[in-house]
Amino acid sequence: MSLCIEVRHDAPRLDFRAELPEGEITALVGPSGSGKTSLLRALAGLLRPRHAQITLAGEVWDDGEHHLPTRQRPIGFVPQHYGLFPHLTALGNVETSLLAVPGPARRQRALECLDAAHVAECAGRLPRQLSGGQKQRVALARALAREPRLLLLDEPFSAVDRATRKSLYVELRQLHARQPTTMLLVTHDLDEAAQLASHLVLIDAGQTVQAGPTVEVLTRPQSETAARLLDIPNLFGGRLEVHEGRPRLRWGPHRLSIGRLVDGDSACRFAFLPQNVLLVRPDKPWGAHLDNPIDGQVTDVLVLGSEAVVWIEPDGLAGEVLQMRLPTRALDRYRIATGSTVQFSVRAADLIVFTPQ
Amino acid sequence: MDWPAISLSLKLATATLVVLLPLALFGARQLARWQSGARPWVEGLLALPLVLPPTVIGYYLLVAMGGHSPLGQWFEQATGATLAFSFTGLVVASVVFNIPFAVQPMQRAFESIDPEVLESAKCCGLSAWQSFARIELPLAWPGMLSAAVMTFAHTLGEFGVVLMVGGNIPGETQTVAISIYDRVQSFDHGAAGAMSLALLLVSLATIAVSYGLADRLLKARRT
Repeated sequence: MSLCIEVRHDAPRLDFRAELPEGEITALVGPSGSGKTSLLRALAGLLRPRHAQITLAGEVWDDGEHHLPTRQRPIGFVPQHYGLFPHLTALGNVETSLLAVPGPARRQRALECLDAAHVAECAGRLPRQLSGGQKQRVALARALAREPRLLLLDEPFSAVDRATRKSLYVELRQLHARQPTTMLLVTHDLDEAAQLASHLVLIDAGQTVQAGPTVEVLTRPQSETAARLLDIPNLFGGRLEVHEGRPRLRWGPHRLSIGRLVDGDSACRFAFLPQNVLLVRPDKPWGAHLDNPIDGQVTDVLVLGSEAVVWIEPDGLAGEVLQMRLPTRALDRYRIATGSTVQFSVRAADLIVFTPQ
Repeated sequence: MDWPAISLSLKLATATLVVLLPLALFGARQLARWQSGARPWVEGLLALPLVLPPTVIGYYLLVAMGGHSPLGQWFEQATGATLAFSFTGLVVASVVFNIPFAVQPMQRAFESIDPEVLESAKCCGLSAWQSFARIELPLAWPGMLSAAVMTFAHTLGEFGVVLMVGGNIPGETQTVAISIYDRVQSFDHGAAGAMSLALLLVSLATIAVSYGLADRLLKARRT
């Protein structure tokens, strides 16, 4: 039971294929202009692509010849600017999506939906009398009122302040727990995707870059493009080789052990997450942090509250600077400052090596 | 006061509204959504009555409705009367020269509806008719009212086209604007002045109402 999507289009360019698990929240993440909104519009039937094969649990919405009109698709759609009907109150907006329900029951159901979205007190207000967060909640109530099988959310949190966004995350998760609809959430915010979605699809230039469970995609990019989209700063070039019978990643003068087999000598690109760069502590000369130890010089330190970002230039790799993150209190404890010398390590399992070039 | 002329003008303005508004409503909505290279040409054609001298439009309409034209001949066969120099002919002419006054305010009103709102209506499961009746009409009504007011006032005041197509037949084609001209020609300045003042006040009220509605339309859009 899943939503199968295959969409090809020319303007905007789309060559997208993915399978979304039913009843889960999936985040669609990509840079501006990557085709996220166009894909959402294709799923809603608002954009008719050159080729589309869209099925939800076996029910065909699009197959090249057959195109189910938007109004017949069991969807809810929250567009970027909410698309509220400006001349109708919040209650009127929700009631409009319930025209199939008879009069008195319709009003009752609309009030319940507003209540579930925590905006029951706004029922009589027009959209222009609502705050950004309230508009977002009303739009969500309106979209969920029809009990859609697929809820499409186009950057729904982009226009609200940080505090409101945090509470909306919680409310969306609670709503989803009560009404486990398949949701596709378009965002360019990886933190938002990590907090809300169990699955993640990376999209770039209209193409699927990687899809899978959120944690897996965030921590194990399968390509350099995915690593770039995930904003992983530690992305370098090296060579794969077999040294003394063991697979090694050659990075300048350093030979790093890696958790994969190597087929001959070849150039490669590799990445590792800043949080996976471990400080080799002089007071603890054992443990996993001793894998692949490398000496380096701190080039810059930036304190961001309880967390600090440290930039290090590894020995023998002039011009290559990696990033690590560690608790701010560790800076004093281990005397880390710009210009100081440190030893760090990256475990073999945390080195992500991409297909050799 | 030439009451028969005033009555005829009101009758003409009402008939024009009844015929033109539904057609203009349909046309304006289609134009607002139409994406085509031919659109500027169609819009230009519809706006011609704004820029052409009324005598030019009147001349073409007279040719089109005359006894030698297919339309004129067909009308004569069907009704036994001529289309030119008749009240019916005047209504046809009035509809044509009022097209931009009716279409443009409504087209702007439909164009100013946020596309996201229209797409939301589809996503809420509304049919094309439901979307038109529940979303588009309420949002575009100030534009429609403005179109009606402008058309009505413009018909009351039109002179050139009416004279060309209808001539000056009292009780049949002599409107208030032509009656004013007649009175001035016959040095009846009292009657000409009274009717001119009435037309001026109606026109002023029309424009004020139209601007007020435009303001209201803009405020309603601010969400």
